[in-house]
Amino acid sequence: MATRKNPETKSAPGANVSKDELLKYYREMLLIRRFEEKAGQLYGMGLIGGFCHLYIGQEAVVVGLEAATREGDKRITSYRDHGHMLACGLDPKGVMAELTGREGGLSRGKGGSMHMFSKEKHFYGGHGIVGAQVPLGAGLAFADKYLENGGVTFAYFGDGAANQGQIYETFNMAALWKLPVIFVIENNQYAMGTAQRRSTSTPELYTRGQAFGIPGEPVDGMDVLAVKAASEKAIAHCRSGEGPYILEVKTYRYRGHSMSDPAKYRSREEVQKIREERDAIEHVRDLLLSGGHATDDDLKAIDKEIKVIVNEAAEFSKESPEPALEELWTDIYA
Amino acid sequence: MATEILMPALSPTMEEGTLAKWLVKEGDEVKSGQIIAEIETDKATMEFEAVDEGIVGKILVAEGTAGVKVNTPIAILVEEGESADAAPAAAAAPVAAPVADAAAPVAAVAAAPVEVVSKASPDWPEGTPMKTMTVREALREAMAEEMRADPTVYLMGEEVGEYQGAYKISQGLLDEFGAKRVIDTPITEYGFTGIAVGSAFGGLRPIVEFMTFNFALQAVDHIINSAAKTLYMSGGQMGCPIVFRGANGAAARVGAQHSQDFAAWYAQIPGLKVVMPYSASDAKGLLKQAIRDPNPVIFLENEILYGRSFEVPVLDDFTIPFGKARIWREGTDVTLVSFGIGMAHTLEAADKLAEMGISAEVIDLRTLRPIDYDTVLASVMKTNRCVTVEEGWPVASIGNHLSATIMERAFDFLDAPVINCTGKDVPMPYAANLEKLALITPDEIVAAVKQVTYR
Repeated sequence: MATRKNPETKSAPGANVSKDELLKYYREMLLIRRFEEKAGQLYGMGLIGGFCHLYIGQEAVVVGLEAATREGDKRITSYRDHGHMLACGLDPKGVMAELTGREGGLSRGKGGSMHMFSKEKHFYGGHGIVGAQVPLGAGLAFADKYLENGGVTFAYFGDGAANQGQIYETFNMAALWKLPVIFVIENNQYAMGTAQRRSTSTPELYTRGQAFGIPGEPVDGMDVLAVKAASEKAIAHCRSGEGPYILEVKTYRYRGHSMSDPAKYRSREEVQKIREERDAIEHVRDLLLSGGHATDDDLKAIDKEIKVIVNEAAEFSKESPEPALEELWTDIYA
Repeated sequence: MATEILMPALSPTMEEGTLAKWLVKEGDEVKSGQIIAEIETDKATMEFEAVDEGIVGKILVAEGTAGVKVNTPIAILVEEGESADAAPAAAAAPVAAPVADAAAPVAAVAAAPVEVVSKASPDWPEGTPMKTMTVREALREAMAEEMRADPTVYLMGEEVGEYQGAYKISQGLLDEFGAKRVIDTPITEYGFTGIAVGSAFGGLRPIVEFMTFNFALQAVDHIINSAAKTLYMSGGQMGCPIVFRGANGAAARVGAQHSQDFAAWYAQIPGLKVVMPYSASDAKGLLKQAIRDPNPVIFLENEILYGRSFEVPVLDDFTIPFGKARIWREGTDVTLVSFGIGMAHTLEAADKLAEMGISAEVIDLRTLRPIDYDTVLASVMKTNRCVTVEEGWPVASIGNHLSATIMERAFDFLDAPVINCTGKDVPMPYAANLEKLALITPDEIVAAVKQVTYR
């Protein structure tokens, strides 16, 4: 559960937050939300198949964390990965076309929603097995340390994955070898349909590294500025050679676990309440308006721009052809 | 009453060893638990403790003696005032024959009605100088050479560094390459395999040593879901150059959880390459090839083969390509196809068959993915009969797959059904007699050949 009780306690626009920065976050978060809404729509139309896990509600997490990264830093996450890709600058067309399984997709239609990658943006997936991305992420950090390139890796996982044994094997080695990896626990409070209180003996996930000597802290994941500040701190820790860091980012997903989730495990009121009181995009919108950084019309113009980008991505994802049949047999071996 | 001190077995596979050093001399008093000798096995030098108390009456095997069989009396312990001559007569028996004799092939039988035609390896030029080397040394040389050539190659695993390798494969590598590149891990296969795979995504070329492949079961998600599939799922953007290597298959008397052959399991997975060498030259050439390969490679070694010696070419650099079987000997009556330790049984069977007047062509597949169908099919079209040999279980075996391929592509050439000789369809028992029964034997291969040749 997020730590903040009401919107009034949200961070005020401090002197060090510029108008441009706020507008950037607003734009990036809105892009993810509109993109995901469109993906949900395309799923409903049968254009996207299989599993499709939407990031709606969690936008501030990845936007805030990415805001503090530099070129060469790496990221790896689970199957709920569309937002992470958009936040690290990947073309929405390539992402959407992968969701529809088309030639223009990031994996040329062979990965799907859960398995996307971009070497160029140092985005290492998109992994479908709960928790598997965590040792893989530590491995990316291992390579950075070995190659002495100063890079930092973000290994994202959820409150559900936090109970996987391999996470703790990884914590041990990451701490032992002082790997520059930030373990980001996106705690959206539900492991598929299992509420955290039903799956987790100790709810403070940021303390899970204590046994290994890994520092951790909770972060308000509905406040992009708080997330960015935490990201800066964690990155500084890793880059200085101190080893791994844990951020438990408390967030909430508005939609089901996947598109096929009937959501019987929580009430509509619970979801509605968080949407109304704690929405991350509304928060930035308030900051922009109350700080006099933008007018309603300015924001409407941005909304419109985003809509165009998302519609173009959707069009592209429908028009891009299915992969050539020969593609069945390519990319099995390098 | 005099007591014999016997040469001890210091590992599950030890049959003989070197009495490296005596730490006591005749006339010395020995206490229970005292270290009295250093014994070198093929894996390590071990200290040998006295069990009984007494005075060293006579040392029967001098230090420095190699090839001392397990259970050979090596010294006699006497009581105060007793003479060593009081020991049972057997104590004075000579030391067992040295290693070389024990490994001599059966082919010396003069009456062999069929000439054995050994075929030279096609993997290096004729006339290349050769040297004798164990499989263990060959594997170590392969890793060392590749680590010298490419700074992104590193070795990770349990006990690979300071312990010098649980099976001594990595002996000396820590000294040469340092702890940055020879990395001792905690006992966490799942975790360190994931880290190694991630590091391969990140630009390194890891060699992961599994102490044995039994433990890789804990890591199989990363081998299959993370390593083997990422190139495909990323539309060719991101591959995983990594070698997973270690002992596979039955060792000796280690029971069900430590005795199994994973060849057929891994051979099923698109995205993996699977190698299972028999000889030292193949172990070296194929491991070097595996380390250079841009894909994940499963490299299945065998504990029993580690100490066996073979001729290895003396070349600055040589590799053996994947997907090329080796014809060990040419024959006309039947094709025997095997790989890994199955080859040891198969070559022994081929010798017995030669004595019986049956000429067997022996093919070592060497790699199971890719698999060299053409060499097998060409041979079957010549001999019209085929027996496959492997240590693994019978259901969905490599032999099953080859049988189907032969049926599809060479059906009209077959004069008899193909027989698959495999391990028995049981978990490995511990009892010595039952274990023997569970494993494939040369006699079973001979019986299968008699069946397909209608003799």
